[in-house]
Amino acid sequence: MQIRISQDDGTPIYQQVVSQVKLLVSSGRLDQGEQLPAVRKLAEQLLINPNTVARAYRELESAGVVVSRRGSGVFVSDAGSPLSRREKNRILNDRIDALLAESVQLDFDLENVVTLVRQRGSRFRKGEKK
Amino acid sequence: MTENVIDIHSLGRTFGKKQALQDVTFSVPKGSVFGLVGENGAGKTTLLKHVLGLLKASSGSISVFGQDPVQEPATVLGKIGYLSEDRDLPTWMRIDQLMHYRSAFYPNWDHEYANELVAMFDLDVKQRIRSLSRGQLARVGLLLAIAHRPELLLLDEPSSGLDPVVRRDILAAIIRTVADEGRTVLFSSHLLDEVQRVSDRVAMLHGGRLLLCDRLEAVLSQHSRWTIRLPEKAQTAPDIPGSVSCRGEGNEWSVVCNGQHEQFQRWLSEHNGEVIEQATPSLDEIFVARVGG
Repeated sequence: MQIRISQDDGTPIYQQVVSQVKLLVSSGRLDQGEQLPAVRKLAEQLLINPNTVARAYRELESAGVVVSRRGSGVFVSDAGSPLSRREKNRILNDRIDALLAESVQLDFDLENVVTLVRQRGSRFRKGEKK
Repeated sequence: MTENVIDIHSLGRTFGKKQALQDVTFSVPKGSVFGLVGENGAGKTTLLKHVLGLLKASSGSISVFGQDPVQEPATVLGKIGYLSEDRDLPTWMRIDQLMHYRSAFYPNWDHEYANELVAMFDLDVKQRIRSLSRGQLARVGLLLAIAHRPELLLLDEPSSGLDPVVRRDILAAIIRTVADEGRTVLFSSHLLDEVQRVSDRVAMLHGGRLLLCDRLEAVLSQHSRWTIRLPEKAQTAPDIPGSVSCRGEGNEWSVVCNGQHEQFQRWLSEHNGEVIEQATPSLDEIFVARVGG
């Protein structure tokens, strides 16, 4: 499980762990039923406080992404796609907000931005077909 | 209720006329990683020496495991692992001799764990302390501090002047210590990104006084950083109510607030300023804002 902690922005570390695990699960890089590293092991790997990892795991559990089985560890839950539509929207909305804020500063109106996104989108698809 | 490993109450210390610590009060709960930050000469080392019982309080009190470290040095020190800032180790000894010597002081010395650490840190135990590099010296100091699996680990500037590989070893040792049920770490550091990574709690010392002390999360969430644009250019930083620092030039300023953003925002609208960006500052930025003045 590869997670990267960034301290450049103010996102709390436990939230970074939560959202990256969610992404790993939704992209299939973490399989249903797969075991997550023990709290202590992940803490040592990422060099973060074990309580931070424990908190991230608790959040992931209450979000239904993982289940913890007493004594044996934490596993990716097999309750289908763990990322709800709302969650997916939230991830993209964060990026869109950042894009919009920058567009305003660079004096692009919304139509310009949408046109640019479309252009990039068609290039992106062509690139993938290669 | 959480049990405290260290209780410091109104601690004061003078060296001659110099007030090194003044009215310092805080507690270190059991099982926490507690980061102590402050500029050089802020009193961090002096404070740690009081915890060790190496210095006697001029006023106020300090208790460690419920005991006075000056009155009960043997019981208190037996439960503490300490890495000093200057790593004052006997230069003429070999690593194995030093380990043997130190183990005699600690009934709980874990020889197996010590040997594991030797292998992990890639040390040659036949080497003399004087011939060690800075990084190896830090590793030996760390080994000596944790091989008796202390209930309280005190580290004074453990990472300063070390390369990233050795710094990782030190952080991993902090994490391993606290992951072992109930153990506590108190460390001082200038590397605030490291403090932000591993601590649950932080205390900031400034000129011998405690500037803030809280859960790390609370410290981070109470402070906010605003990039603002003012209609008129200014030469010197405007004095904005509710802010703890304001830096920049001309029209654009970066303001750090502690809690009181309403006051700040009121001022901003009165002066027709606009907010360009609002963000959560890092511990490093908070430190510079609070201490750099």
